[in-house]
Amino acid sequence: MIRSVSYAILLGWPFEGSTVLRISLPLLALAMAPTKKERTASRNPSLVRGIGKFSRSKMYHKRGIWAIKAKHGGSFPRHEPKPASAPPPAVKPPKFYPADDVKTPIPNRRKPKPTKLRASITPGTVLILLAGRFMGKRVVFLKQLPSGLLLVTGPFMINGVPLRRVNQAYVIATSTKVDLSGVNVDKFDDKYFTKEKKKTTKKGEGEFFETDKEETKALPQEKKDDQKAVDSQLIKAIEAVEDLKVYLGARFSLRSGMKPHELKF
Amino acid sequence: MQADQGPLPVQPFKRYVEIGRVALVNYGKEYGRLVVIVDVIDQNRALVDAPDIVRGQMNFKRLSLTDIKIDIPRVPKKKTLIDAMEAADVKNKWEKSSWGRKLIVQKRRASLNDFDRFKVMLAKIKRGGAIRQELAKLKKENAA
Repeated sequence: MIRSVSYAILLGWPFEGSTVLRISLPLLALAMAPTKKERTASRNPSLVRGIGKFSRSKMYHKRGIWAIKAKHGGSFPRHEPKPASAPPPAVKPPKFYPADDVKTPIPNRRKPKPTKLRASITPGTVLILLAGRFMGKRVVFLKQLPSGLLLVTGPFMINGVPLRRVNQAYVIATSTKVDLSGVNVDKFDDKYFTKEKKKTTKKGEGEFFETDKEETKALPQEKKDDQKAVDSQLIKAIEAVEDLKVYLGARFSLRSGMKPHELKF
Repeated sequence: MQADQGPLPVQPFKRYVEIGRVALVNYGKEYGRLVVIVDVIDQNRALVDAPDIVRGQMNFKRLSLTDIKIDIPRVPKKKTLIDAMEAADVKNKWEKSSWGRKLIVQKRRASLNDFDRFKVMLAKIKRGGAIRQELAKLKKENAA
């Protein structure tokens, strides 16, 4: 009854007298209000997938198409037709048609994501490196780089491991965490760590037989400063915990009787 | 009830399967749990119960008898069992016994973190150093 009342008001139709006076003000406000709540559910509940409860004619009535038509003088209101735009510029037929149809490859839109980080590895976790020059060293995890590798630091003053990239597969995550609140690692990404390309110099005949002079490049001061900046805050947090500094300075190794599958890290 | 003991002055067995005997489960789903034997089913199986498990049968081979025994009727109600266990103070007796203490230490060692293990190593070295110092002092005093 409420709905028919609101329709009636929409149309301005006169209807049986007694009901007019019984309309409450909020109901009137609802019908007259300019902002209407968007209907979220379909008016036609589904009985089984593909079969609605109401038929087409019933739905026509429920949606109020008859009311909208009546409001707009007999026909459903339509947008005005778009003005005919200028015809697109004429395309000349191509001079050459290839003999065989060449298939154009579908463009690859795949964007690789960084490797999924193990749940046990969070910023500040102490990791044990399992391979490479720093095998066995306990190291602090800073963040995951866009390539998927982990950015890690010793800190350098404690165990000699600099800011370095490390693969998640060659790492054991311990449950010890260091507080990283004062450390800013936003400026580090994969480009920071790539090797610089060696410029190939042309060799004369005489020089060809000489062995290549190995130029040992000294670490640029900027990288040393970056290391110090990151480590200063970290070391403060590490010294706050007893024995943690000594722990990070020591290497991990398996001893007699230690079973890695039974050890809790 | 103490099992019927023969005429020997020293009995070969001290712990008997009887109603009220507390046992430790050493195999299966309930591994490491203390249970009470509430009935004997046949030569191999006992009916076993504990405050937080459903009463069920268990082969004797899965049980290791302990020294603790409580006073219960045959197949008591759960409430009766719990009250009897409280009265006999099974939990504390177990945790004070050397067997119980050993198990607690084993569990603690297994749950140690890598950092914890490192700290234990430092503590052991420190303790060893202190012992050696004292020993050296005593030797010196003895020699003098």
